[in-house]
Amino acid sequence: MGLADITFYLFAVTVVLSGLLVVVSRSPVHSVLWLILAFLSSAGMFVLLGAEFVAMLLVIVYVGAVAVLFLFVVMMLDVDFAGLKAEMAKYIPLAGLIGVILLMQFAMVYGTWQFSDGYETRLNSPTPDLTQIQNTAALGQLVYDKYILLFQAAGLILLVAMIGAIVLTLRHRVDVKRQDPLAQMFRDPAKAMELKDVKPGQGL
Amino acid sequence: MSEFFTTAPGIALIILAQCLLVVGFVMISLLFLVYGDRKIWAAVQMRRGPNVVGVFGLLQTIADALKYIVKEIVIPAGADRTVFLLAPLTSFVLAVGAWAVIPFNDTWVLADINVAILYVFAIGSLEVYGVIMGGWASNSKYPFLGSLRSAAQMISYEVSIGLIIIGVILTTGSLNFGDIVRAQDGDMGLFNWYWLPHFPMVFLFFISALAETNRPPFDLPEAESELVAGYQVEYSSTPFLLFMAGEYIAIFLMCALMTLLFFGGWLSPIPGLPDGALWMVAKMGVFFFFFAMVKAIVPRYRYDQLMRLGWKVFLPFSLVWVVLVAFAAKFELFGGAYARWAIGG
Repeated sequence: MGLADITFYLFAVTVVLSGLLVVVSRSPVHSVLWLILAFLSSAGMFVLLGAEFVAMLLVIVYVGAVAVLFLFVVMMLDVDFAGLKAEMAKYIPLAGLIGVILLMQFAMVYGTWQFSDGYETRLNSPTPDLTQIQNTAALGQLVYDKYILLFQAAGLILLVAMIGAIVLTLRHRVDVKRQDPLAQMFRDPAKAMELKDVKPGQGL
Repeated sequence: MSEFFTTAPGIALIILAQCLLVVGFVMISLLFLVYGDRKIWAAVQMRRGPNVVGVFGLLQTIADALKYIVKEIVIPAGADRTVFLLAPLTSFVLAVGAWAVIPFNDTWVLADINVAILYVFAIGSLEVYGVIMGGWASNSKYPFLGSLRSAAQMISYEVSIGLIIIGVILTTGSLNFGDIVRAQDGDMGLFNWYWLPHFPMVFLFFISALAETNRPPFDLPEAESELVAGYQVEYSSTPFLLFMAGEYIAIFLMCALMTLLFFGGWLSPIPGLPDGALWMVAKMGVFFFFFAMVKAIVPRYRYDQLMRLGWKVFLPFSLVWVVLVAFAAKFELFGGAYARWAIGG
């Protein structure tokens, strides 16, 4: 077993274990922290695959942005998680049933799966030769040259979703005091201040 | 003996030695950076600064570090012990880890990876966890408020740093630091460097770096007039030292990034003089001087001003700049200054 194999099993075990701990850990903040460990380990597995660009994106997007927001929300939530966990015991048989059914379906599909001839070349055909081109450039060619329209459409859908979320939660409030930086910057010291000569014992 | 260094344990030993060399450089420069920071700060305020321990007080930082280490670690009641101690470790380890891909000379780099700049960016985006975890695990109000502020602040300025980096990547056509610096090589010395074609971005990057590392004037997560010391309130002894060291190493890393991205890394500014690692270290030192000066002379921002600057000024400006650079690179305008990959510079 080479170094790469050992590293793979290390990452794989970490992903599975931390995934389990996300579900069973008592505190929701700990759950998110385990989730982050799972993300980082799967980024490590991408590096082992030779897909370092995807690995870095996984870290930047999921760990650096999405999980931070998770943590942000979970830290401020005041939900009775212990109570929710106690409720969970009722649904364990149902969850087990769903799991067994899924497993059976996978087994059925896998048992009858047949590969057609020459599937390996077709499987690898979208991937250019990695000795010729770095995978960053290869991904760039796929996303920005070959599938540019689909990629841009996906971006537009995300934009619409974002605007939708903002519109749904936007409330114009008139009763709050707002900061107006421009007005603050253009204030004239001569008009903003007034010197008064206060007589002793009288006040203003 | 030379055969041994081609076998697996020998290579591992060499890598270990290289790691120690880089970490040693970072730690030793850390000692003198903290000293330099305090001296510059003192000079601006017409004080003497540290001048007792060692010649000119040069050993003051070592004395301080020893003092932190021998103090008692106080863990507040009701704190989450594991996360509480994990937070400063995260902050320190990540800051040191990012140095793995920083080149000091043409071939002097620990890990010469394809996506080096993304690696630094990824590590930078993880650094916020040290602060958030520390603030939450302290189980106290001021640290928690400080960590919330910090999370919002670091994420906001990461966006503009990312866009600024994209401009440099577009011009170079590579994510590797070595390629970025080599693309700035030319016979005009310092006028070949990226600070000229990416002129406004140098300032944006510098200011974003200040905000990203929680340096004054953007040190709102630890604003002492509002939050005592923010997320660091409950920390003492070695954990506090780790937070402090992680912060300074991150700042020094930002100086290295400024040097590599905009000021030609190890290249010599005057044509004819030899290139070398000394130029790199000297440039980093100059940028650290600017960091220290800003800390000394600029008053702290208000939080809403900080957020406004990040999202309403820096983000649109750097986004428009990316579009402009993309056009200039595509059509090779300005003699190909924005398309170094195309003219083979």
